[in-house]
Amino acid sequence: MILQFRIAATHVRNRLRQTVVSTLGVALGVGFSIAMAALMEGSQRDFLATLINAIPHVEIKDDKRTPTAQPASAVYDAVAFRGLRPLEDLRGIRNPTEALASLRDWVDGDIAQRLTGQAVLRYSGQDIGMTLIGVRPKQELLVSNIGQDMREGAFEDLGSTSNGLVLGDKAAERLGAGLGDTVTLTSANGVAKRFKIVGLFHTGVTSSDESLAYAPLKAVQILLEKPDIINSITIRLTEINASVAVAARAERQLGYKAISWEEANEGLMEAFVVRNVIMFTAVGGILLVAGFGIYNIISTIVHEKARDIAILKSLGFPETDIQQIFVLEGLVIGVLGALAGSLLGFALSSYLATIKFEVTTDIEMTRLPIYFSHVHYMIASGLALLSAGIAGFVPARKAAALNPVDIIRGAT
Amino acid sequence: MNVAPIPATPAPLLETRGLTRILPAIVPVTLVEDISFSIGTSEFVAITGPSGSGKSSLLYLLGLLDRPTEGDVLIGGRKTHDLSKSEMAHLRLEKIGFVFQFHFLLPEFTALENVMIPMQKLGALAAAEQKDRAAGLLEDLGLEDFLHRQPAQLSGGQRQRVAVARALANAPDLILADEPTGSLDSVATEQVFTSLQSIVDQQKTTVVAVTHDMDIAGRMQRRIHLVDGKIDYDRNQ
Repeated sequence: MILQFRIAATHVRNRLRQTVVSTLGVALGVGFSIAMAALMEGSQRDFLATLINAIPHVEIKDDKRTPTAQPASAVYDAVAFRGLRPLEDLRGIRNPTEALASLRDWVDGDIAQRLTGQAVLRYSGQDIGMTLIGVRPKQELLVSNIGQDMREGAFEDLGSTSNGLVLGDKAAERLGAGLGDTVTLTSANGVAKRFKIVGLFHTGVTSSDESLAYAPLKAVQILLEKPDIINSITIRLTEINASVAVAARAERQLGYKAISWEEANEGLMEAFVVRNVIMFTAVGGILLVAGFGIYNIISTIVHEKARDIAILKSLGFPETDIQQIFVLEGLVIGVLGALAGSLLGFALSSYLATIKFEVTTDIEMTRLPIYFSHVHYMIASGLALLSAGIAGFVPARKAAALNPVDIIRGAT
Repeated sequence: MNVAPIPATPAPLLETRGLTRILPAIVPVTLVEDISFSIGTSEFVAITGPSGSGKSSLLYLLGLLDRPTEGDVLIGGRKTHDLSKSEMAHLRLEKIGFVFQFHFLLPEFTALENVMIPMQKLGALAAAEQKDRAAGLLEDLGLEDFLHRQPAQLSGGQRQRVAVARALANAPDLILADEPTGSLDSVATEQVFTSLQSIVDQQKTTVVAVTHDMDIAGRMQRRIHLVDGKIDYDRNQ
């Protein structure tokens, strides 16, 4: 194989201009593929990180996947019921203390309880519909990134102020309210309660910043007239990938619907898969074009080197050796292209990472998100080598099949 | 590559039995027909004949570069018609050396490297030994000052002598030469002929050379003359 490699390297070296052009073709394909993959995965990870930070890894809701069994079904062996009105079911997670304790036994992560409801926030004659979340501040800080998102005040102050309120900065801006101001929250049942703004947060997710507010759990339970009731348990896991398994076990254990972050964003995850398929198709297309360049040069070399092929065969080189020589030529170009392309890809990715870019619609970005991963380099280089190998193999087969007698006769 | 060893019997080094080669075409062309002869060791044989008489075609059949339509080539008593392409290639590598009318050296490699290539392929010698043997062969042929020159930097006669050295690289039993002096001037022709003669005399290697040069053929030990693809005569001189 060393001899074949030497012959292959000599052929490639003696066609420097064609080799450089083909290598550049592969390098550009690999380089842009790497940069594109880094940008695509970077944006995906950035988006997911923002999303995952904004939602719990697992959320257990006071809801069930199947309707509650009706008492009539225990009495009548019927196929279907008509005209039955479902049993009135009191919403809320029953025995929350017991449920939380049972989860803490095995869940590897932090757990918090919430009571979420709708309320109207009123300040100086203006009303805004808000989603109000009643929390225990210390627990909530462990399961969400709200502490990091605070712009003014401190989230912990909810624990020391019985009617404290932390709300999104955009909501406060719309109302013209600020830290220390007192606002009125009114529930759907008409219960009104005054709260003092102790903090403002900014998550970057506009919908949250405009219409989300946190208050102490007790205060919210009073406002919504749901004493000692919670309607969700949120979990932040140490190992995020365990979310599906944890959700399934929690659901079996408590009987309430437990949703992992993957399930909550199923459509989005599918969109990412489609996006990745599109990306790898584009990468494959680029490398296919590069492969044609390699095919072209190897075919030219085979054509030019027909006499050498006859010589080698007359010397006793079998067809497999001849084939190896030309496949190796393709691979030499492929390896050079992959190496140059990896450097180019790294340089491009590094440059893109320095570009500041702002989108002020839903989720803010302050720079182009680039994710550096050796997997991108391995995939792009692997595809380039595969493409180069195939591009070399086709003319190599032709070379191996050449009849030396025909070539020698042609030369004489 | 496992090729069955050549039996150590007094079988001739090279033998043909009813060798026929017909090129398939709308009107099939018979290149050689019913050729039978045997050649022993240390023979210096000329294959002569007019153009188109099948000299080169016969040589390619003897060198296992082409397969006969009928008949067989036996090397050291071993039939070759049932060998696979790779077995034939290995037999060629080990037992046969070729010299063509045009030197057919690999242009990117030096004279020394060209001679080393068959040895590197066979792998019977260590790298240093390959280099020493290649240099020795080139020196024997008077090319000691041209070891590191590429074919383009050598004269026609020098190139052809490098090709002779390459043919001798794996110490083959048989050298097949196709018009080895056909493209050379008289001085170079004499150099190459002398080289081939010394191979027969000193190394006891058999040389079978196709030539249309009657002067050269007349100086060789035996002549097989072909006419229209058939043996016209086969005689010692």
